[in-house]
Amino acid sequence: MQMTREQLAEAYRKMHTIRVFETRVHAEAQAGRVPGSTHLYAGQESVAVGVCMALNDSDYIVSTHRGHGHSIAKGCEVNGMMAEILGKETGTCKGKGGSMHIADLDVGMLGANGIVGGGPPLACGAALSAKTLGTGAVSVTFSGDGAVNQGTTAESLNLAMVWNLPVIFVIEDNGWGEATSSEYATAGSIVERARGYGMTAEKVDGLSLSDVYESTTAAVERARSGEGPTLLHVTTERFYGHFNGDVDTYRSDALKADQRANRDCLIRLRTALTEGGLIPADELDKIDAEVEAIIDTAVTEARAAADPNPASLTTDIYVNSRQEA
Amino acid sequence: MSRKTFRAALNEALHQEMAADPRVVVFGEDITGGTGGDGEQDAWGGAFGVTKGLLGAYGRERVLDTPITESAFVGAAAGAALTGLRPVVEIMFVDFIGVCLDQVMNQAAKFRYMFGGKARCPMVLRATFGAGARSASQHSQALYPLFTHIPGLKVVIPSNPSDAKGLLIEAIRDDNPVIFLEHKMLYDEQGEVADQPYTVPFGEARILREGKDATIFAYGRMVGRAEEAAKVLEGEGIKVSVIDPRTTSPLDTETILEFAEETGRVIIVDESSPRCGMAADIAALIAEEAFDALRAPIFKVTPPHTPVPYAPSLEDAYLPDAARIAAAVRRSMKHRG
Repeated sequence: MQMTREQLAEAYRKMHTIRVFETRVHAEAQAGRVPGSTHLYAGQESVAVGVCMALNDSDYIVSTHRGHGHSIAKGCEVNGMMAEILGKETGTCKGKGGSMHIADLDVGMLGANGIVGGGPPLACGAALSAKTLGTGAVSVTFSGDGAVNQGTTAESLNLAMVWNLPVIFVIEDNGWGEATSSEYATAGSIVERARGYGMTAEKVDGLSLSDVYESTTAAVERARSGEGPTLLHVTTERFYGHFNGDVDTYRSDALKADQRANRDCLIRLRTALTEGGLIPADELDKIDAEVEAIIDTAVTEARAAADPNPASLTTDIYVNSRQEA
Repeated sequence: MSRKTFRAALNEALHQEMAADPRVVVFGEDITGGTGGDGEQDAWGGAFGVTKGLLGAYGRERVLDTPITESAFVGAAAGAALTGLRPVVEIMFVDFIGVCLDQVMNQAAKFRYMFGGKARCPMVLRATFGAGARSASQHSQALYPLFTHIPGLKVVIPSNPSDAKGLLIEAIRDDNPVIFLEHKMLYDEQGEVADQPYTVPFGEARILREGKDATIFAYGRMVGRAEEAAKVLEGEGIKVSVIDPRTTSPLDTETILEFAEETGRVIIVDESSPRCGMAADIAALIAEEAFDALRAPIFKVTPPHTPVPYAPSLEDAYLPDAARIAAAVRRSMKHRG
């Protein structure tokens, strides 16, 4: 299924939002205003946006430590996210989670995750809820190429097949698990691993928004109609180092320059839209300016926001509620 | 009210809560048993028979056998609890937490805090624990201090059939992740259990007997042994209180301190290892909050800091028994504080 013009404009806006957001987070981190670690999603925008545009609001995603892009693509508010990353009271999680734990259950975003491979079992659970309660929702877990070597991923692929769950495993292969290349760390083929469980699986070019969207749409249709899980092995690019303090010396300057010049999914989309006569450049420029203004406001407000009150240290540990008979 | 085993009381709790709330689902390894085979279905009803009969009543959509894959299904319980179900999952032996602790410690326990108070994760993780079945080092541990150490979890250790039912129903209705630990040597214990659904609140100790001379605190299977010791001591003219806190998290600090202060002599019986265990935890609480009332040092009665052994002669020596508990009380009485 192809994206409409409106969908393409929306996808461009979201991808640009992620790019600007991450660029500004990087700047805030460089300036010493981010208290902890951040893992930037720049370069991978087409994956989060292509996947999430194939989902409904009631569908679920489970994210990773590199989760800002997934959060924005699924509908989390950028103001709250930026405030959270800066450790402020107005943050999405009141400053208690930070970059690695951004979550908004109201939009089906079940959380970034600081544990590599932590997400796939959770996504199976969300899919079990959808199946048992008959909501028709599907569940997507984003995992990096590093997470495919965790036992949780293998266990979840098996359980998803055994229970025929409406879950989609999106493996974002940016070539690097922290500072170790997937070429070194991952034996064999990720797609073939999934097929070994009898699961439908395919490799997808993550530089192409439409490829990601179309493959996800097909996977969602299968999941919703009870045909079970799918694995998508999506190749993509990581523009920054693993985390904000990583000077990224293990990748050559030539490689990084080539990424930015020739393997930038955002440039690729913009070129396709303008050269294909789908959306004129001035309209995209207008979106760019709007996005810049929105993120600028998010940064300004986040910087000005109050730090969490120390009195909140010991709240939100337990829910003070129970089901009454 | 009728006489039921600890196992039957738990089974009744599961039946009643599944009947009351369609969001309650049960899964785990061999939770029915026989799935995929051509023989008897629901052949096991769980390795210890606690879930027997649920399949027939509620079907495979709500009573699911899992592969042997604790990380996946414990994590799935956490994810399902975040999204509208109220799963009760069974880990056959709590020792197996070693392969799936991340999903409990870093995921379920932390959602609410990390996400700024917006998440609810109403799951129950049931597991057998404890020594006595000649099951050796990987099937006999009393790991409740491990869970008690983790904020965000509630930890429950029933010591008798009536509490087992009421505490399990409370656990299923609680909106937090609850670790529910069943001592494998108690399954056949009998007691009076009300037929209707009822709850036993968390964080409220059970007072088994009141005596002015000393207080024995004990959990799980050790509660019965503390009672045995109390009877022996009564014959010697020593009157002790026996308190079962029933949950380690939350902990009924009020009752613990009240009895520590009233009797001034404290003996804590704990089946977990002595280092960083519940006995050490309760002793620290009393030392800090009730120091002036103490008339003797606080005595801990625990196994030695060793793995659980296999041979009966070794395992019997490992576990605290009534004689050791009574000896600790007598030792306490010798102090003229």
